[in-house]
Amino acid sequence: MRELPVTLFELKDGEIATVHSFKGDMELQSRLVEMGILPGISIRRIKTAPMNGPIELKVRDYHVSLRQNDARNILIK
Amino acid sequence: MISSVQTSWAALLGNPNSGKTAIFNLLTGLNHKVSNYPGVTVEKKTGLARFAAGDQFNILDLPGTYSLTPESMDERIVTEQVLNWIHGHEPPDVIISVVDATNLSRNLYLTSQLADLGIPIVVALNMMDMVKQDLNINYEKLANDLDVAAIIPMSATEKWGQSELLESIKKSMNSNVVENPFPIFLNDDISNALKPLEEMLKTQFRYNNRLAKAQALRLITRKSTVEIYTEMSANGMIVDAAFKKSLQEKRVAAVDILENTGIKHRIMEATLRYEWLDSVLATRNINIESNIEEYNYSEKLDKLLTHKWVGPAIFVTILYFIFQSIFTWATVPMDWINSGVAWIGNQVLNLMSAGMLRDLLVEGIIAGVGSILIFLPQILILMFFMTLLEDTGYMARVAFMMDSFMKMIGLHGRSVLPLMSGYACAIPGIMSTRTIDSWKERLITILILPLMSCSARLPVYTLMIGAFIPATHVFGFFNLQGLILVIMYFLGTVTAFVLAKVFSLFIKVEGKSSFVMELPPYRIPLWISVFSQVLNRGKLFVVNAGKIILSISIVLWFLASYPKVDETNGNENPIRTSYAGKIGQAIEPVIKPLGFDWKLGIGLITSFAAREVLVSTMATIYNIESNLDNIVQLKDAMKSDKNPETGKPLYTPLVAISLMVFFVFAAQCMATFAIVRNETNSWKWPLFMIIYMNGLAFGASFIVYQGGLLLGYG
Repeated sequence: MRELPVTLFELKDGEIATVHSFKGDMELQSRLVEMGILPGISIRRIKTAPMNGPIELKVRDYHVSLRQNDARNILIK
Repeated sequence: MISSVQTSWAALLGNPNSGKTAIFNLLTGLNHKVSNYPGVTVEKKTGLARFAAGDQFNILDLPGTYSLTPESMDERIVTEQVLNWIHGHEPPDVIISVVDATNLSRNLYLTSQLADLGIPIVVALNMMDMVKQDLNINYEKLANDLDVAAIIPMSATEKWGQSELLESIKKSMNSNVVENPFPIFLNDDISNALKPLEEMLKTQFRYNNRLAKAQALRLITRKSTVEIYTEMSANGMIVDAAFKKSLQEKRVAAVDILENTGIKHRIMEATLRYEWLDSVLATRNINIESNIEEYNYSEKLDKLLTHKWVGPAIFVTILYFIFQSIFTWATVPMDWINSGVAWIGNQVLNLMSAGMLRDLLVEGIIAGVGSILIFLPQILILMFFMTLLEDTGYMARVAFMMDSFMKMIGLHGRSVLPLMSGYACAIPGIMSTRTIDSWKERLITILILPLMSCSARLPVYTLMIGAFIPATHVFGFFNLQGLILVIMYFLGTVTAFVLAKVFSLFIKVEGKSSFVMELPPYRIPLWISVFSQVLNRGKLFVVNAGKIILSISIVLWFLASYPKVDETNGNENPIRTSYAGKIGQAIEPVIKPLGFDWKLGIGLITSFAAREVLVSTMATIYNIESNLDNIVQLKDAMKSDKNPETGKPLYTPLVAISLMVFFVFAAQCMATFAIVRNETNSWKWPLFMIIYMNGLAFGASFIVYQGGLLLGYG
């Protein structure tokens, strides 16, 4: 059993989760919610870029990438 | 009073990757004003479209944006425009809101924001060809829900739906918008918090209820919206200091009230709007959650294309292929242009009687302009590939794969596209850095971008390589000429990366970096869109370069032809005693350690206007020097030029390499500095660029030439 909620950073490639809340960087969360990544929405982590780069997600009907550090600020359940 | 018939006009707005540019090109054909530098999404482009009845209207293509909050430069441009419209400065007759049908909820978010403005809206529901199952939407009902005039399903790629779109645009242009109440439910807490700002906007700008609510909501949600309002004097609106102060105070008060009731103000607008939008879509049987597990074709392709090891390898292969093709494919049309120019020159020689005018035409204008025209095929090929990579969606994958590396050297994944555009021309590259949100990363990208070898250097490289580097093969299959060219590009690129890291350590600018980037589905590009972008680029090169080169060629021809030498003194080189020759000789001592003589010195001076001018300068010089029997081949003339003192060849492969290295680094293009001045809003950065780049150029050339001499090449 893992403790809830965890962050998107800890989600493994291929796993699905629901966005719970945000912490930290305000600019980032403003940007994410405008793209429809809001508390309650499902996301699937697809992959990690080469050289341990950004991660790729599927949310709503599109694919989006963000840096791993930013993923630490998105809490999921 | 002069009465003029005002052409009606439409504004094109939409998310990035919604196919907005494709629709623009589809509606306007090749009939648009070449804005100075057509970067893919950054520039403001206008075009003329035609209704079925034959009457015309203007279309303004605005940068792609996800919302009307001004975060990046692109969004700022859009938000400022929209604010101007609602304040009565030439609002469009209709807004065409481009929506990607495969990605409805996120795309309609912007549409719903636009619907508050009181301007008629037609939704172009694009990419219908990519929708797998029948969407089964009642478009009229959905249009009614969203308060837009019409929703027109279409496909820019398959070219259907545009006549319905045009019809609907025409109808909406002559209609009035009925003011409906703000559609989103606001609870009492939020309503009360909005009130003071709402009232203030109504009094100050005469907003109606709906618009006032929408703008108040946005002002509270995003601080950057406040800035747009307070900086409005710069946008043609005068607001006094009292208004600014009051606006800020009212916002802070509203934020306090909301936070006390547990509402997170920073995500307020998006939360409310998406909740409303998702419920509207749900009542029309559109489910946004269902597709998250779907494994689509783009994801399948990405298994390979963004794979940990295979992905970067494919990228490098594509790059190598592009640069090789520039050399191999372009040779045929280049030969045509070359013989065409020679033919014209010789025709003029035969038709006109000898005299000053003929000399000017043949030696100055035809030789100068012709020597530049020859590089058009290479520039077009490079631009074609860049546009193709962008329009297929591959460029976003490159940014995704390279971000880790880019971050390491102080840049951003989004720096990759501007830097790659820099291979074509620094100017559109610098303009496309606007998509980088963080100012520091954007500034560093701009500063190092001119080190990417642009197409204006290509003529110089090509001339030097063609004349002095043998076309032998090394390691079996690498063409030595192609290899040297790749090395030159490599040298500039690697230096750019090293300097980016150095600059990132020393430049202290505020701003946090984030990387939220959409990876659009792979798409087959709309060919008319690709070709119109390539054509614009080519046209720009010919017109801009042509203007500069034509005038410089004429001036140079005079400087190089006068004073005329005494005919009886036949052994004297006529250029040497001319004005240009004297200038060249004056700077020769400075450039001699780099291996350059006074002729190249003249070229270096003229190339400060634009790099490719070096080639036309040399062409003009050698044509004047020769006895005018026919147009000389510059390549051959330079190869056979002898040092009058030693009798050895004047230019050696070592000189050629030293000159190429000089061109890799030197800051020579005035237009670039003008653009950097605009984008950074100060002369500080362009000056810094001129100093560091020319210092680098001199040092590197010095090391190459002197080192080469020591090693016995030369």
